[in-house]
Amino acid sequence: MLEIKNLHVKLEEEDKVILRGVDLKIGAGEVHAIMGPNGSGKSTLSYVLSGRDGYEVTEGSAKLEGQELLEMEPEERAAAGLFLAFQYPVEIPGVGNMTFLRTAVNAQRKARGEEELSAGDFLKVVREKAKTLKIDAEMLKRPVNVGFSGGEKKRNEILQMAMLEPRMCILDETDSGLDVDAMKLVAEGVNALRSAGRSFLVITHYQRLLDHIKPDVVHIMAAGRIIKTGGPELALEVETNGYADILNEVG
Amino acid sequence: MALPKAKEDALAARLASLTLPAGKGWLASVRSEALSRLTAMGLPARRDEYWRYTDPTSLNAPAAPPAVRFEPGDEAEPFDGMDRLKIVFVDGIFDPAASDDLSLSGVTIERLALAGDTDIHWAQGLYGQLEARGQTPVARPLAALNSAFATDGVLIHVTGKAAKPVSLVYVHKSDTSDAILHHCVKLDAGACLTLLENGPAAARFSKVMEVDIADGAQFHHVRIQGRDHERRAVTHLFARLGAQAEMRSFTLTANGRLTRNEAVVELAGAEGRAHLAGATVGDGDFHHDDTVFVTHAAPACESRQVFKKVLMNGAVGVFQGKILVKPGAQKTDGYQISQSLLLDEDSQFLAKPELEIYADDVKCSHGSTSGAIDETALFYLQSRGVPRRRAQALLVLAFLAEAIQEIADEDIAEEIRGRLERWLARHGSTG
Ligand SMILES: Nc1ncnc2c1ncn2[C@@H]1O[C@H](COP(=O)(O)OP(=O)(O)OP(=O)(O)O)[C@@H](O)[C@H]1O
Ligand SMILES: [Mg+2]
Repeated sequence: MLEIKNLHVKLEEEDKVILRGVDLKIGAGEVHAIMGPNGSGKSTLSYVLSGRDGYEVTEGSAKLEGQELLEMEPEERAAAGLFLAFQYPVEIPGVGNMTFLRTAVNAQRKARGEEELSAGDFLKVVREKAKTLKIDAEMLKRPVNVGFSGGEKKRNEILQMAMLEPRMCILDETDSGLDVDAMKLVAEGVNALRSAGRSFLVITHYQRLLDHIKPDVVHIMAAGRIIKTGGPELALEVETNGYADILNEVG
Repeated sequence: MALPKAKEDALAARLASLTLPAGKGWLASVRSEALSRLTAMGLPARRDEYWRYTDPTSLNAPAAPPAVRFEPGDEAEPFDGMDRLKIVFVDGIFDPAASDDLSLSGVTIERLALAGDTDIHWAQGLYGQLEARGQTPVARPLAALNSAFATDGVLIHVTGKAAKPVSLVYVHKSDTSDAILHHCVKLDAGACLTLLENGPAAARFSKVMEVDIADGAQFHHVRIQGRDHERRAVTHLFARLGAQAEMRSFTLTANGRLTRNEAVVELAGAEGRAHLAGATVGDGDFHHDDTVFVTHAAPACESRQVFKKVLMNGAVGVFQGKILVKPGAQKTDGYQISQSLLLDEDSQFLAKPELEIYADDVKCSHGSTSGAIDETALFYLQSRGVPRRRAQALLVLAFLAEAIQEIADEDIAEEIRGRLERWLARHGSTG
């Protein structure tokens, strides 16, 4: 599904290197988790994959089902099936959440040569998916993320993911700011989307999310590199011992 | 006081190119009064404080600078599907074949060119009168010039609820046309009218509209200023509102080399409401100036000024807006916002918001901002699959929304949004 090779990234404006040779391969239907200390480059990796400005790729490649992502516009990456649930979802005053969702869904359908959804069909699908995430009608009417609580913003990200049906989903700390019940809801939302043709990359600091969304593979990222890869037990090890041992072990 | 030599010369040159329309009735005398006002003031000059941001040279010039017509392609005419009474002027000349019959229930409509020769006319108390009142505290010589030399226009007297909107359509045909039109609208107590205006009108267009809104009357005005890239226009809207009267005026401007829209509104009776709004989109050789003066002369009135401009590729936007609260106008609620969205670094917005308050129990706010598009929001939309141009258009429409909200009729608001969307699709910035 996703194959990242030797990815080096620096900031465009300054001489600051953030990713120093990331290698990562995620198979179809797999769930991978990335953990790692603050500032190690996890969000940067997700931004670079989705095409945010301000970063310069100096080396390496990132392919989604064989297609080079790094040469595409952000909207093309989305149409190709990539989705990023933002660590900090963006507020857009003046643009209604519903308009936003519908524009996004139809833009992607158009890019893929599919027919646009009618207003009626769209409404039906949104209402149904919103309900399972306990997002009420009032929240759908409001401007995108404006005045949403932290948890509401995260649930709104998952709603977008459910509507867009991407093949490669990156969740950047979707668990942060969620109360226990909301975390369950979000995890259920994610699990409902799990399928043989859809992969997940879950960035998190906490084992508790991984209790609900069971990863196949866990990676530890530090200083811009994946320094260790293992099974679910690796997350448990981090939970109890922190990163010190792993960092020492790798040197 | 004698005019400076430069002003004297400019005025002489301009007057030499104009002839006072013939006539002997009430109109002839108000025209000559207007001409005296003009002669005393002279034409505007860049050095005048009120013209600091906008160069009046091409508006003063004896001949209209040429302007080619813009071909709108297959886009429908504004207000196309609406049931309305259409009055068409081509290069400022009334077109009877294209216009509807002027009879409408609740309204009497006459052409200025045919109504001036009687000794007495209701428009006598309005034509040139609000314009003259509007000359203090700031001179508006181009409005006086219009009152003196207007060749035609409409005189609309609304006695009840107008059966449908009156729609003034200004067609531009000749590359060198120079049109001067003057309209008067009088709404009796409790009367209602929606007035629509659209079209570029001419290579150079001067228009004055004087509106007298009696107690409890409602005047809704929506204008779509023509898309011709090279046209020039100077327009004045003078309005006076009685007690509990309401006025809403919205203008969409897309394109035009030079536009100066002045609005001079006096809230003269208690609990009147005046909302003035504008949405402007300009690309390249575009200069757009909204100059607004709202006077609260009576207590408990509400005024809103909401002006938004989207500028790209060197376009220039100007806003000069004033709220004057006179002594005794207690419980005034005045609001003014002017904002620009600059889609690149070449474009600029010049704003001069002013408040002058002589009453103590008032609520007035004003604000002016100038900013770029929110790149983070743009990326967020793109990351959801929305193409950059479309994403930008969404954010631009969101920016303009507060102005468009001032339109009372939701169908018209929707038409305006559609027009803006199509314009934005054609003019996406390169950034
Ligand atoms: N646009 C930027 N400008 C300046 N520094 C940046 C920028 N983007 C990332 N960085 C820096 O790069 C490093 C990696 O940041 P990143 O946000 O990717 O970390 P992270 O692993 O997601 O951390 P956290 O766990 O706190 O979310 C940090 O030192 C951060 O300050
Ligand atoms: Mg992060």
